Order: sequence, then structure tokens, then C-alpha cells
Amino acid sequence: MRQTVIEIEGVLLDEGLTVTFTELGQLCGADAEAIERLVAEGVLRPVGRRREEWCFSGREIGRARRALRLLRDLELNLAGAALAVELLDEIEALRARLRLLERDVDR
Amino acid sequence: MEYKDYYKILGVSRDASADDIKRAYRRLARKYHPDVSKEPDAEARFKEVNEANEVLKDPEKRAAYDGLGSGWQAGQEFRPPPGGGFEHQEFHFRPEDMAQFSDFFSSLFGRGARGSARGGPSARQRRGEDQNARLRINLEEAYAGTTRQLRLEEPVIGPDGRVHSQSRMLNVRIPAGVTQGQQIRLAGQGLPGHGGGAAGDLYLEIDLAPHPHFHVEGRDIRIQVPIAPWEAALGATIPVPTLGGAVNLKVPAGSQSGRRLRLKGRGLPGSPPGDELVELEIQTPPAHTEEEKALYRRMAETFPFRPRAKLGV
Repeated sequence: MRQTVIEIEGVLLDEGLTVTFTELGQLCGADAEAIERLVAEGVLRPVGRRREEWCFSGREIGRARRALRLLRDLELNLAGAALAVELLDEIEALRARLRLLERDVDR
Repeated sequence: MEYKDYYKILGVSRDASADDIKRAYRRLARKYHPDVSKEPDAEARFKEVNEANEVLKDPEKRAAYDGLGSGWQAGQEFRPPPGGGFEHQEFHFRPEDMAQFSDFFSSLFGRGARGSARGGPSARQRRGEDQNARLRINLEEAYAGTTRQLRLEEPVIGPDGRVHSQSRMLNVRIPAGVTQGQQIRLAGQGLPGHGGGAAGDLYLEIDLAPHPHFHVEGRDIRIQVPIAPWEAALGATIPVPTLGGAVNLKVPAGSQSGRRLRLKGRGLPGSPPGDELVELEIQTPPAHTEEEKALYRRMAETFPFRPRAKLGV
């Protein structure tokens, strides 16, 4: 079977990227209300005062998507999803720290 | 196709109550949720658990599934009943869920899903689901950028309402300077949309393979560099490896083990780029010959050195 290979370069979701409130909603497939609730709960920390001025970094996109997935898949409430996202971030940081320490012990 | 034992997947008996099924599903969903789980096959297990739950949580679908009989073994070659599944019944699924489920599932419930996709409210335009994948690259690739060929298997609902698997190849350019856990979004490369809706996106999460010398912290990289006691005591210019090749590092006189020196901008590229943090580690040369031993003895006599003074001994 013949197969076409598509060449593609993605967009890196890091601090170098910022998106608006509307763009974040589109990226997450979520409505305005869902994004607003994540901001109100402190899961997302946009720069800017009013909704129209809000800017989200590339990293926030990942947090928003994760929170929305947890809300949907595990039927968590907002506070539960917020807590899970924070704990998962902390686990990732601790895992990185652990890898570093294990390396030092191995030497 | 293979028969799927939905009871076994959820770890419940065939006479499990609705509450038992719900409990088992909740527990497994938490265990295998791709955002939570570190199991290598979490994504596949999560889908399987969802599929099992989709059938067993609904009394009608469960009854239809039970109607196949209990003589089947998981993995056993399965041929759907003549006429293709439960065609006399109408089952409703969201088409985007259908696309995630197995061939076994769609052979049983495919027709019902087709009916739903045509006539129900879900027939309207809908964006395809996003897909997630983890991509392991090594540190050198992260530093210089790289290209990876990905083979994507995607389910396509054919005109007969059945799900077929179709694969396509993507050559993905990974930009220089990606680091652990970072995500790359490939717009429109997720699952296809429904009713003319746009395709979802594909998100790649970067997983950096451990490096024999360097350790990554964000965009900074750390390395322990051994030095000789005389280099530490007198100061020296020593070569140290960086991701971009060896550079010379000035070690100040009087350095101790554990001292950290920063090579600005020698970490992973970016704006701003990371640094390389060099941790000095003094290594003592072993004394084998008489001459070497004599040298150490002379040092002992010459230096008024009390390394354990702080410990009070």
C-alpha cells in the first residue's frame, strides 16, 4: 500500500508562546465558561486584568488540557481537578529531583 | 478479531451489580488515566477500561453483550453473529467515542452507532478528538533539533458503519531546545472530525532519555567534572564537555569538591538559553610507587591541614 509521508513542524508550547483567552478555549475544545472557572480556581494564572486582556503561556495550555481531561474522564469536581493538577506537577518536580539524587548516589 | 472479556477487563464477575461495575471502573480509570499513570501502556488500558464500562454500565448493552454467551475466552478469535452484531437494536454512542473503541466493539454495536450518527443530535459538526503521544529523544537531539518519523494508526468509520484502522506517516521536525515534559502541538493531526468538523490536534510530550554525563533541569544542564587536587589548589584552565562541544573552563585557585561553576548559555537553546552548571569533584590520584607515596608523606608534613577540625576531632 502506498503511503504519503507528511512533513510537519509543530508549535512548542513553552514560555515563548502566549495565547489569548479565546485561543486557549479553541485549543482545549472548551467553552469560555470552562476556562473562566479554571482561572477562578487558580489552575490557570493568566497575565492581564480583564478577560479580554488575559494572556496564557504555552505551559498553561498543557495545564488547562490536563485539568479538563481529569474533569471529564474521572468525573472530578473543579477543586478536585485543581488539586490533582497541582499534585501531578509536584510529583513531576519530585521525580526530576529523585533522578538527580539517584545519579549522585550511583557515582 | 479477538473476543474482549469486558468483565475481566474491569475485574468483576459476570453477576456484578451496577455499583460494583461503577466502583471497579472508577478505580481503574484513576489507575490508568494517561495524565496520572506512569504505566507504559496506560493510554491503551484506559481506552479498554472505558470501552468495557461503556457496555457494562448500560443495562441494555450489557444484556446484549451477555447474550453472546459466557463461553468465550479473552483473546479468542471472534466472529460476530450473522447480520453483523445487534442490528435489530439501536444503541447510542458519541461518534468520537466510537472511533476510540475496538473492532470487536464496533462489530457488535457498529450499526447502532451509525444510526445515531445519522439521525441523532450528534450528527452535527464536531471537531475530532485530540491525540497524545510521548516522544523519547536523547539530549543531543534536544540540543540540535531532530526529525522523527511517526506512524499514526487512526480509526476511520467506513460507509458500512464499521471502524477500520488506517495508518499514515508523519515526519515531525522537533525544534532545538525542547526539554523534559514539554509539549509540541501538531495542529490538525489528531482524530478526524465528524460531519465535516475539523480534525483534532496531536500533542507530543517530550521525554528525554537519561544521558551518561549530563543531567537536565529545565533548560540548564548539570555535569560533575573530576579535577586533580593541584588543579583545585592552584587554579587551572580545564576542558569540559558541553552539548555544543568541549570548552575551556577556568577553575579558580582554592576550589573545593562540590563547587559549582556556571557556563552561561551553554545549556539547551532557547530565549533565554539555559546554562551549563559544572560541579567540581576533586579526585585523589592513587599512590602506587615509592616516589608517589613519598610525595603524599611530604604533603602531610608540609600542610598544617586539619580536615576534621569542624567536627571537633
